[in-house]
Amino acid sequence: MNDKNNGKLGDWWTRREVVKTSAAVGVGAMVATRLGRIKRAIAGTGKTDELRIGLIGCGGRGSGAAEDAIESTPNVRLIAMGDLFPDRLAAARKQFSGNKFADRLTVTDDHAYSGWDCFEKVLKTDIDYVILATPPGFRPMQLKAAIAAGKHVFTEKPMAVDGPGIRTLFEVADEADKKKLSIGVGLQRRHHPGYIEMVKRLKGGAIGQIVGARSYWNQGALWMKPREKSWSDMEWQLRNWLYFNWLSGDHINEQHIHNIDVVNWVLGKNPVAAVGMGGRQQRVDPAFGHIYDHFAIDFEYPGDIHALSMCRQMLGCVNSVSEHFQGATGQAHADNKLFEITGKKKWKFDGEANPYEQEHADLIAAIRSGKPYNELRRGAESNLTAIMGRMATYTGQRVTWDQALNSQESLMPAELAFGKLPVGPVPIPGKTKFL
Amino acid sequence: MTPPKHPLFAFALLSLFATSATRADAPAPYTVKIPGTDVTVEMVPLPGGTFQMGSPAKEKGRKKDEGPQHTVTVRPFYISRTEIPWEAYGAFLDIGMERLLDGLDKDDAVDAVTYPTPPYADETFGFGDGKQPAIALTVHAVNEFNHWLSSGAGKRYRLPTEAEWEYACRAGTRTAYSFGDKSKGIDTVAWYVKNSKKRPNPVGLKKPNPWGLLDMHGNVAEWVIDQYDAGAYAKATAGGLGFVAPGENRFSHVVRGGGWKDKPEALRCSARRFSEPWWSKQDPQNPRSIWWHTESTDIGFRIVHVPDEYPELKGFRSRIVK
Repeated sequence: MNDKNNGKLGDWWTRREVVKTSAAVGVGAMVATRLGRIKRAIAGTGKTDELRIGLIGCGGRGSGAAEDAIESTPNVRLIAMGDLFPDRLAAARKQFSGNKFADRLTVTDDHAYSGWDCFEKVLKTDIDYVILATPPGFRPMQLKAAIAAGKHVFTEKPMAVDGPGIRTLFEVADEADKKKLSIGVGLQRRHHPGYIEMVKRLKGGAIGQIVGARSYWNQGALWMKPREKSWSDMEWQLRNWLYFNWLSGDHINEQHIHNIDVVNWVLGKNPVAAVGMGGRQQRVDPAFGHIYDHFAIDFEYPGDIHALSMCRQMLGCVNSVSEHFQGATGQAHADNKLFEITGKKKWKFDGEANPYEQEHADLIAAIRSGKPYNELRRGAESNLTAIMGRMATYTGQRVTWDQALNSQESLMPAELAFGKLPVGPVPIPGKTKFL
Repeated sequence: MTPPKHPLFAFALLSLFATSATRADAPAPYTVKIPGTDVTVEMVPLPGGTFQMGSPAKEKGRKKDEGPQHTVTVRPFYISRTEIPWEAYGAFLDIGMERLLDGLDKDDAVDAVTYPTPPYADETFGFGDGKQPAIALTVHAVNEFNHWLSSGAGKRYRLPTEAEWEYACRAGTRTAYSFGDKSKGIDTVAWYVKNSKKRPNPVGLKKPNPWGLLDMHGNVAEWVIDQYDAGAYAKATAGGLGFVAPGENRFSHVVRGGGWKDKPEALRCSARRFSEPWWSKQDPQNPRSIWWHTESTDIGFRIVHVPDEYPELKGFRSRIVK
């Protein structure tokens, strides 16, 4: 990996790591082994196969992921959780107490943490498996800390928002392999039987050579939390993390990564460059930070194959969240619950699935069987694809894979603390520079 | 068994031929305009009457909760000729989202209307909008739409009660389907598993029932206002309202008429289904949305207006808050 300069993020992390997580690393070393050999006792059963989970980031998705993990597989227990905000921590705990599997969501007061260092505290507990579900900007440092602490990881997507972050992901992926730790990535389409079967057929030539692709995440608007007087800049941005590039990487990265990942999966390669256009037309109020509300990207793949990619979060427009492939002898369409191949080798998926549980079930099964399992590299590649698309759109330039990967632009603020944090300008294509 | 009365039959015949020559004493259909749009929904008048609710024990495909058959009297009401399409529900959704963009995500102090939270992805599930039926909405989302519509359209609208729904579906018939006891001929009347091409279809394309209502059988199963109670019919008093009041619990509420995934038996006039937590199983958020389901792409709704509203249902509002 080319990594001459890890940027501010790396510097920041290194400092904190030395000061605060040396203990976590020590504990980690003791359990840095696949769970298949850990064999924990399951309370009251005499059996020994319990997997203990910690949750970092207790918002709607994080607490949903914890429930998905618990419901996906027997003998799994949530024992620790952390969130920067005490109110979010309390809300998630209350939610868990009403879950039908509440007996496996047993986080005691002394294992529930809030504050900036909550993730370090969760990693110091006796967990085997950590779910990372804070805003994506924090993910590279938390992934690095989790693997350093010897934990298996389920990370929500995306895992990074900038080039330095992506480079950290590739390092972490290597480190996890060395330590025989498993990493699952929340790109749940990879665990949906409809997608799996469709991709298998496409790779088997069901529509001949694939000559082009289209993918979309065009939807209406998303939630926004009006600023409260007591909130500092930092708190306001964190509570509205979608709308700030350093936290979400913009919606092309935060949502459209799902569709982009399917295109990379089917084509079996990553794009070499991107050209894009986009902007911000409906969501112009500063309450929505500085991200765009629409993008349209031309991703250029090896062999002069192009994939059109659109994402939009605007009201009153036609919506679609789907992927489509044009082959020499047919087409393939994945659109919500529909999976269809046309042409001579017609096929339609007929089945039900819950990929949000399946992604945990697959990861946990791999951990228990000792089978190598690491989705981070391919996840990071799709993550970088989205970031490259954003960079091409923001700058108005053709941005290559290598440029995006080696970008020196770190979006992480110099200091992580509640206080002043100015919002960067809305990028203007043709004026905004590639860094 | 009380023989059903038949004042309906004459009325039904009349209403079929009454499009141009409406008699002064017969209520006429009217259209309700969806506030803020040019979209209209046609409301068909049905006479009040008494009917046998539920199915006989020997009916093919019958389940236990469809019995015992019992007599129910309903007041005259208007019911939408079709299932409510996205073009109508979408207006409500868009207002909620525009308010969000304006930073007005709190409840409106004047009429206390609440608006749907933004859907996570494509709320049409790729089936399209326009005349496609509004699908995968929770019963709360549907009840709140009706409250909003009532606030802006000058009349009260709500979901039909389970009894009103079955009365409208039967349209004066006493057979398993409004076209007979056998499912033969269902293709001309309903979208179901064999002809739907595995998707909901635009509302109003099949043949009407004897009272002119479309898609009562099939396409999407339709929410009614009642909470589900398997034993409700055994407790019903003869000639009563036939209504199980919904409470604060999300689950379970009744849906009727069957949908595009179903076999003919599930489309019968008396067939009952009810909502279940798995309808939200792919909601990535926790707690799961009180507005959106993720699996019930075969569930929609239609609306009624009851001029002489039952006291129990005056000013009805959803009581679901979480």
